[in-house]
Amino acid sequence: MSHAYTDGLDAGVVRYQCCDDCGAWQPLERHACRACGSLQLHWRDAGGLATVYAVTEISRAPADAFRPLAPYTLVLATLDEGPRVMGHAEPGVAIGDRVRAGFLRFGEGTLLRFLRE
Amino acid sequence: MKATYVRGTGNTRFGRIEGSTPLTLMAQAADAALADAGLARADLDGVLCGYATTLPHLMLADRFCEYASLRPAYAHGVAAGGATGGVMAMLAHELVRAGRCRHVLVVAGENRLSGQSRDQSIQTLAQVGEPQAEVPNGASVPAYYALLASRYLHETGMDADALSGFAVLMREHAAGHPDAHLREPLSLADARAARPIATPLRLSDCCPISDGAVAVIVSAERGAGTPVRIAGAGQAHRHQHLGAIDDVMQTGAADAARRAFAEAGGDVEGIDCLAIYDSFTITLVMLLEELGLAPRGQAHARLHAGEFGRAGALPLNTHGGLLAFGHSGVAGGLMHLAEAARQLAGRAGERQLSKRRRALFHADGGVLSSHVSLVLEAMP
Repeated sequence: MSHAYTDGLDAGVVRYQCCDDCGAWQPLERHACRACGSLQLHWRDAGGLATVYAVTEISRAPADAFRPLAPYTLVLATLDEGPRVMGHAEPGVAIGDRVRAGFLRFGEGTLLRFLRE
Repeated sequence: MKATYVRGTGNTRFGRIEGSTPLTLMAQAADAALADAGLARADLDGVLCGYATTLPHLMLADRFCEYASLRPAYAHGVAAGGATGGVMAMLAHELVRAGRCRHVLVVAGENRLSGQSRDQSIQTLAQVGEPQAEVPNGASVPAYYALLASRYLHETGMDADALSGFAVLMREHAAGHPDAHLREPLSLADARAARPIATPLRLSDCCPISDGAVAVIVSAERGAGTPVRIAGAGQAHRHQHLGAIDDVMQTGAADAARRAFAEAGGDVEGIDCLAIYDSFTITLVMLLEELGLAPRGQAHARLHAGEFGRAGALPLNTHGGLLAFGHSGVAGGLMHLAEAARQLAGRAGERQLSKRRRALFHADGGVLSSHVSLVLEAMP
């Protein structure tokens, strides 16, 4: 199914929504602006640079498809543009590390995977 | 507005209950609550029913009422994740206060352990994550809470080992309850040596998946014994997904509690019994600290001082909480309310604490997404 965020990952960019009226970035996907309530939200391409906000190493994969990857590292990373996104990351990254978005084909889709800058 | 009372409570044992279904479990818990309240089936004019992952249904309350031979004037299902039990109790409180109902049954239960595979259960629960940006990463509920934990430990300077003491305390409390899922003691060393699930969380930091049911009757009338009233209730809903949390220090827990105290009067200083949601040890620490029951990064210091134990100033989850009594979905969160009401009423049997006057119940659903606080009070 087509979606601006996952289509972006397939094309090698991290996308986020921004408000045309007040300029506020939006986390995830919204119908109305979190700051001013405007309905004029549009997707933009982020530059790919981010700072690690939270990190975990997953030992127990929740589904068969991910078992070959375990243990794998997941992060919440704050894009320089503001929104925070979830992605994989190279092992050993720590909170506060500067990272750059990478893209990894996985099954039918693309995983966002951050590498240390 | 009328006063409302937690007039009766009932529960099944938690753990693996072969052959059980959500309907059989809920019916047993409801029977026990009716007996405890001294009410008959026909007295119930309201029924609120928590969702069951093993029995997705458009109208579970009606299905349950038919099965249990109940014919209420008001009934429907409720879904707010782990906060559902508290949210239902708050709604029952409102229905009774408004005069719409006199006796509302709040009930939940499911065979979450025996009714599905562990992978199915984990996949179902993982769907509280965002479907495009979060779930496709191979994330699960323990992963979401592990991410929260990593940030919270980073900001407060706490060590992951500090979480383990809460798992140990919950086991200690569960040992005193014959219906608890995990009654074997857990040493601090064993808790810290448990295998990692999603760093910094170990298996000992995660609650088990259980079968079980709990029912509570909220009534306009006092029953026998010491009445326990719902003095105040409040909710907060600031986000659903991890990616939309602005600040791990302000998830909404404090907002819900502030609203509950605005109704009840007083504040946390007047609380002498705690019933706090504990899906993971980190959940418990974050909630205790955001609710103002311990300074930031100091919940474990209060724990080590013995304050959350049975003999402490703020006994916490004296039934063992989700971490040890068990987690059968909505019922797991509702059990905290049943236990707090029993302690206040002086009906906790061998677990009975010295006289308690005011309990704070708090639960969250999702990833600290939906919040509900209740202030319960023993009447003189």
